[in-house]
Amino acid sequence: MSKVRVLVGTRKGAFILTSDGKRENWDVSGPHFAGWEIYHLKGSPADPNRLYLSQSSGWSGQIMQRSNDGGNTWETVGNKFAYDGVPGTHQWYDGTPHPWEFKRVWHLEPSLTNPDMVYAGVEDAALFVSKDGGQNWQELSGLRRHGSGPYWQPGAGGMCLHTIIQDSSNTRRMYIAISAAGAFRTDDGGKTWRPINQGLRSQYIPDPTAEVGHCVHHIAMHRSRPDVLFMQKHWDVMRTDNAGDLWQEISGNLPTDFGFVIDVHAHEPETIYVVPIKSDSEHFTPDGKLRVYRSRTGGNEWEALTKGLPQADCYVNVLRDAMSVDTLDKCGVYFGTTGGQVYASADAGDTWAPIVRDFPAVLSVEVQTLP
Amino acid sequence: MIRVVLPPHLRGLAHVSGEVKLDIQGAVTQRSVVDALEERYPMLRGAIRDHVTQKRRPFLRFFACGEDLSHVQPDAPLPEAVASGAEPLLIVGAIAGG
Repeated sequence: MSKVRVLVGTRKGAFILTSDGKRENWDVSGPHFAGWEIYHLKGSPADPNRLYLSQSSGWSGQIMQRSNDGGNTWETVGNKFAYDGVPGTHQWYDGTPHPWEFKRVWHLEPSLTNPDMVYAGVEDAALFVSKDGGQNWQELSGLRRHGSGPYWQPGAGGMCLHTIIQDSSNTRRMYIAISAAGAFRTDDGGKTWRPINQGLRSQYIPDPTAEVGHCVHHIAMHRSRPDVLFMQKHWDVMRTDNAGDLWQEISGNLPTDFGFVIDVHAHEPETIYVVPIKSDSEHFTPDGKLRVYRSRTGGNEWEALTKGLPQADCYVNVLRDAMSVDTLDKCGVYFGTTGGQVYASADAGDTWAPIVRDFPAVLSVEVQTLP
Repeated sequence: MIRVVLPPHLRGLAHVSGEVKLDIQGAVTQRSVVDALEERYPMLRGAIRDHVTQKRRPFLRFFACGEDLSHVQPDAPLPEAVASGAEPLLIVGAIAGG
């Protein structure tokens, strides 16, 4: 029977949750790296026991870890993230130039085919790659240097590159997203990049339809349709059917179009999930109800999924990397909250149950479906 | 042989308990001590000082002999009591955060 491994990054350590294909009973391992912020950990699609983990703290900066046995043991790997050349400046919150400074790794995206190759999205926004299992990192500086970099600005959480999506049908194409710059695409394996933000509209910037400056929170893709992307923006849920050349809004009947996570059903490419969040300053669930919204029509028509989720006095957030799906039939959906709960649905969102209720604030959730 | 006391989060990272003892060739300075620490424990690289700027991380301080030596130049000699091993160099994490 298949097995599921859920990788959870929290404010105070990493946890690994495992279950069989029924997804009813769970074993909890952790905290790994207790006390450290674990922004993200993710397994290699080419070797599921190869995991990469981003560990950081205000005291000692960025540490990188690698596991070759599914998270039972870890080894420290390289943590030198040096920008290529003289990094220059981006805009600070007040609009003044600010030097590019490395702060942390937000997101790790292992190669689809090579367990020793992994991409890292960092703050201040840049994309790095390692081809030796995380020992050494090189910046793919064509992104930062394509021209609009001096106009990028941090969002409230920092100027982070938080989304990295590989196109399995075209190894030279990749998408990334930066808060608050927008989405970008390469068609030559990361050498050159271009903004793909046409159709986005952001009232909080001087030119709402500017080429860059949009606060993209997360992007998701179904691997069978690599030209179709779904985006949760700082207000507005969007989709593109042409690899980002043009976006259209699909917020439809959502109670609020603000949120952080967005994901796609493993077997139904038009079924998508979001968790609406009250904005602008609250950043918790509206009306004290934790509701996942599902669209089976690729957007615009949404249904609230509430069975098993708290529907009173619940005021948590679900951060941008804290939702994932497994590939079992039925598709499992998982998300973690800033209140420390990790919820799972083994029936594509129809019903939910907490795997754990009392973790530190959850920063990221990734799922591996194992044979 | 000089003695170094790491903060708890770095002891965990380096898989050590108690004091760390290091042989330093030449002058005993903040730089030579951190160089030796990073040589012995590569996982500490970047965790005490920034890889690129080589500056001490702001939430870590260097104390010894009842003094705060954090702002002493990295190549300035540390007190003789540290160099002789009579007193440890304390690398202290700020009491901060949540």
